[in-house]
Amino acid sequence: MSDEVIAPALEMRGITKRYPGVVANDGIDLEVHPGEIHALLGENGAGKSTLMNILYGLATPDEGEILLDGEPITISSPADAIARGISMVHQHFMLVPVLTVADNIVLGDETMANPIFLDRREAREKIVELGQRFGFEIDPNAKVESLSVGWQQRVEILKALYREARILVLDEPTAVLTPQETTEIFAVLRRLADEGHSIIFISHKLYEVLEVADRITVIRRGKVVGSRRPDETDEDDLAELMVGREVQLTVDRGVSHPGATVLSVEGLVVRDDRHHEAVRGVDFELRAGEILGIAGVAGNGQDELVEAITGLRKPAAGTVMLGDEDVTHAGVREMREAGVGFVPGDRQRFGLVLSFPVEDNLVLTTYHRKPFSRGMVVDDDEISRWARQAIDDYDIRTPSEDVPCGTLSGGNQQKAIVAREFGQDLRVLVLDQPTRGLDVGSIEFIHRQVIEMRDRGTGILLISAELDEVLELSDRVAVMYRGEVVSMVDGPTANREDVGLLMATGGRGDTSTAAEQAS
Amino acid sequence: MTEPPSSLEDDLGERGPAPQASVPEPLPQGRWQRLVAVVAVPVASIVLALIAASVLIIVSSPAAEGSIDWTLPLAAYGALLQGAFGGPTEIINTLVATAPLILTGLAVGVGFKAGLFNIGGTGQVLIGGFTAAVVGAALADSSPWVACPVAVIAGCLAGAFYGFIPGFLKAFTGAHEVVTTIMLNSIAAFFISAIVNDVLRAPGYTFARTADVGNAALPHIGSGAFNIGVLIAFALVPVAYWLLWKTTLGFEIRTVGANPSAARYAGMSPRRLIVLTLSLCGLFAGLAGVLQILGVVGFYPATYGTAIGFDGIAVALLGRAHPVGILFSALLFGAMRAGSGLMQIQADVPIEIIDVIQAVILFFLAADVIVRKLFRLRVARAGVDEVQTVTRSYGEQAVG
Amino acid sequence: MEGVLDFLYNIPVLGYVIQFIAYLISVIPGIAPIVLGLAVPIALGALCGVMNERSGVINIGIEGMMLFSAFTGFMVALVVNNAIGGEPSEGMFAATPALLIGVLAAMLAGALVSVLHAWLSISIRADQIISGTIINIAALGLTGYLNRLISPTGGAGTFRSFDPPEWLVDIPVVGWIFNMFLNQGPIAMSVIVFVIGLQVLLFRSRWGLRTRAVGEHPRAADTVGIDVMRVRYRNVIVGGVFAGLAGGYLTLEATGSFQNGMTAGRGFIALAAVIFGRWTPIGAFLGSLLFMGSQALGVAIRSNPPVGALGETLAGFQQAYPSIYNNFFAALPYVLTIIILAGVVGRSIPPASVGVPYEKEGRA
Repeated sequence: MSDEVIAPALEMRGITKRYPGVVANDGIDLEVHPGEIHALLGENGAGKSTLMNILYGLATPDEGEILLDGEPITISSPADAIARGISMVHQHFMLVPVLTVADNIVLGDETMANPIFLDRREAREKIVELGQRFGFEIDPNAKVESLSVGWQQRVEILKALYREARILVLDEPTAVLTPQETTEIFAVLRRLADEGHSIIFISHKLYEVLEVADRITVIRRGKVVGSRRPDETDEDDLAELMVGREVQLTVDRGVSHPGATVLSVEGLVVRDDRHHEAVRGVDFELRAGEILGIAGVAGNGQDELVEAITGLRKPAAGTVMLGDEDVTHAGVREMREAGVGFVPGDRQRFGLVLSFPVEDNLVLTTYHRKPFSRGMVVDDDEISRWARQAIDDYDIRTPSEDVPCGTLSGGNQQKAIVAREFGQDLRVLVLDQPTRGLDVGSIEFIHRQVIEMRDRGTGILLISAELDEVLELSDRVAVMYRGEVVSMVDGPTANREDVGLLMATGGRGDTSTAAEQAS
Repeated sequence: MTEPPSSLEDDLGERGPAPQASVPEPLPQGRWQRLVAVVAVPVASIVLALIAASVLIIVSSPAAEGSIDWTLPLAAYGALLQGAFGGPTEIINTLVATAPLILTGLAVGVGFKAGLFNIGGTGQVLIGGFTAAVVGAALADSSPWVACPVAVIAGCLAGAFYGFIPGFLKAFTGAHEVVTTIMLNSIAAFFISAIVNDVLRAPGYTFARTADVGNAALPHIGSGAFNIGVLIAFALVPVAYWLLWKTTLGFEIRTVGANPSAARYAGMSPRRLIVLTLSLCGLFAGLAGVLQILGVVGFYPATYGTAIGFDGIAVALLGRAHPVGILFSALLFGAMRAGSGLMQIQADVPIEIIDVIQAVILFFLAADVIVRKLFRLRVARAGVDEVQTVTRSYGEQAVG
Repeated sequence: MEGVLDFLYNIPVLGYVIQFIAYLISVIPGIAPIVLGLAVPIALGALCGVMNERSGVINIGIEGMMLFSAFTGFMVALVVNNAIGGEPSEGMFAATPALLIGVLAAMLAGALVSVLHAWLSISIRADQIISGTIINIAALGLTGYLNRLISPTGGAGTFRSFDPPEWLVDIPVVGWIFNMFLNQGPIAMSVIVFVIGLQVLLFRSRWGLRTRAVGEHPRAADTVGIDVMRVRYRNVIVGGVFAGLAGGYLTLEATGSFQNGMTAGRGFIALAAVIFGRWTPIGAFLGSLLFMGSQALGVAIRSNPPVGALGETLAGFQQAYPSIYNNFFAALPYVLTIIILAGVVGRSIPPASVGVPYEKEGRA
């Protein structure tokens, strides 16, 4: 490529951004060329999102400059960025669920019939045309909330194209997609790049970056630690750059020794908040000392399944047995008393009370038991004693046990939940997204604890959006598709692509339309 | 290895910040510094409110006196102080006025702790007082040892029931207490007025009222207005503290107030807690009404109206929903209420100025940014964190 | 026909219900203008609520805004009236300069109070429910204080209702609807215009699209360059104008005088009407009619009691228990509000970000 001849489409020089107590970006340089897919690789918390928020005018840098086609510019708001042809597809889609596709796309840059009223017909025509140019048919009148995530992502991309973006930033675009959907999105991205768009692709998944990027810039703790072409590097090299030390890419899971069945689910039907059947007749058995993974695209009934098993949601039909005890209609408290532990998927929403001290969070699910309370009266000293022990055992980094839990880092918050849930005698442990959004160090720690729990004879049900995590840890993997377990495969020998195909289609072929309908 | 705070990179969140009370800034070390950190903003707000109210008194003085009277605020506040603390009788009156405010303050404050905004204090006070009046009148000739406790308990239970209604509605239908409790306030007034006029009107009076409570009246201590109910109210402050911070029920109430989703996850029952807490709030407010009727009035007039239910909101907010804070802010407003009569007579400043002062105090508490800047205070915010749960629940369909 | 009705009316218990429904159908045309009159402050308050909540701001201070505007409008009209000498106008609505200026003052007062709410809840990010509470307490205290201090005597009168032409009212079947909307003063008559206008704007205009986006997902709106704060400020302030108009209606069109706390919970009934109407102007308007229609029924029964067994029973009850009878109908809107809230809320989905203050960089 003739890098020297053509000025970079975008150049960021010496970008520094400090937040209280942490330097999020520390003198970062980045160059992106026209027609290039440039991957930004880094761990959660490395500073990728901060850098992109600066580029998009959502944050102002303390130092450094941004050049567009060689011209220095300042970007003070998203409106600025959009006006200069920079668009961003956020990891959490910036779409209004109750509005139509067309309304979402034109929002902020509306086609008007007159100064007051919208011209929706023209907007629809424009959008359909734009979609056809990049190879997808989209119904502009559909409500966004009725689309699958894959299609919502296309709407986001259309939003950028509608604004004639030349530089497109995608923040972890594949986090919620199946391998097949990922491949489709990559094709779209390649097509955009071929038309001269520049694409910045943020990810922490090594193989994806190697697959799609023309150039890879690695960020660690706010600094650029290296830049590579895909053909001059490999996964191990990138992992080491990203984490700063040699990383074992796979978990040492040892050998499991499954015992008696501890949890059996039969014909389970669960309805979601809108009274649709989200789980439609699921059967499985979980044995002591094994890890059963649940793979599936988000929204295929996993949340409702977990809620039913943990007592948060009443099943509409079927049975849940704990050993030989029928717990189908048990509430949360009863399930917990029967020995079911639960690490929730949304740790800040469910798992913790951020304004409470760490010690109270460490007994959030056990405060009513001895020795933490007697009758109605709580024993503060016992709680503090246990909390200090747990902080020690699980390496929770906190100044003391009585600071608010919300002041801890994400990794340490998750460790607090793990300490609380793992520190009981459990027959069954339900792990929902146990490592989402964590740094590699915390992930490794939690994975080790999970294996240890398994070896102590607990039956573990693992739900994760990270297919890699499910495959690495599980002895068996159940694939969920539209509320059903469509396949049960052996964990250690499962093939990533095969499981991905099952996740996308339920094993019934015809890949392209199934995912679209999966809402 | 040091990790950056989770809020930094975690996610920009589809739903915004996690739906729970915000993380309080840590208090400084040391007893004295802690005390300053807690009371600085409230005290500064009170001072600012008194200043703001004097401006209003001065500006509006021509309306009463024909010309601007620059010293009127001094005269007014002087009379207020004298009316509140001028002598033993005045101090007793202040304590008698404080007692129901402690209770209505707790009726709002304990609700806040559970993420509930009980604006229904007024109705609960009326229902509690009315029931005590009816039961008291029925037992007027029985032994005081029977009449008084039975009337008190009946009033408390009636208040609790009137708190139970919005609690049940919120827990099982999602109807938000901010609207339902206000409606119930009006309904209570209409209901009682109808019954006193048409059914329970005592003969021989020129206006509609119930019969005397006789032996059910609260025993007085000494010759003045001081009655045993004042002691009960003050005694409930440590009880409320113990309940909230030393019992599992209190732990549950505070959890559901700070993060209802986490409470459910932890095996607590938010529904049960909502019903229970609002019933408890109603009990406190009902007792306040009981104290007024059995301790002060002695019967129930059909047109009875009182500000103590509404004052509880200001008391709880200024006291930051903490029983001890509620005690002190109840004393403040109790003194103001007790002294305001003299102020209106001596200085011609309408007693409604107390409501204005209340509102301005609350304004400065809410806009504590101003207060902190003005007084260069480096302390934490002064709000009641659990109110965020109240507000969020307004935007939710129903309680899960 | 009559035979059939007679038979139906004489069914035990159910007969009463049927008689009552028949009575309702017969009296609604007659009381329709009264119903609308009672519903006006609720509907205007509800429009304020829709404006606020659609953009993501809870406003429980509507009550206080109304009360403050009612007082301000009344006082301003009184002062102007005394200053320029008030000859009762013979023109349409009997509109005098004092009344018109009074209404403008009420609207301005509503806007001013709502600036306070906007500043507290949008800029300062104070809790929105606390902000509304402050406004309610402040309005009650300030108007009570000033009212006692000034003790105004007299007033500036009220607007007079328009007399719709006979031929229009006499059109069979639908004539009464014209009567309902036209036999009104200027504020009441304009309500339906505001309701329909706002409905159309909310769903078809740029303002409406942006308002809904900001109320549902402010960050999404922000990322496409919409100024979330500005949208919210504008909506809250315009909403305040509606609340102010509601206040002006109470003193300058409905009663002609001011009493302490005269809003009597109407601002909160308006909030319930917003929920009942699922955050649409037309729905909220219908809710207002429903809530207040129940109160108008008390008037109807007294002035024009139903015939037959039902009427006799009601008349007998009213004779024996006049206070219970009156208080029952006075309390009905409040009871109905609770019942409908309890029945409707679970199925009614508010704007997703209502009550959540917006922070620009998304981090504290």
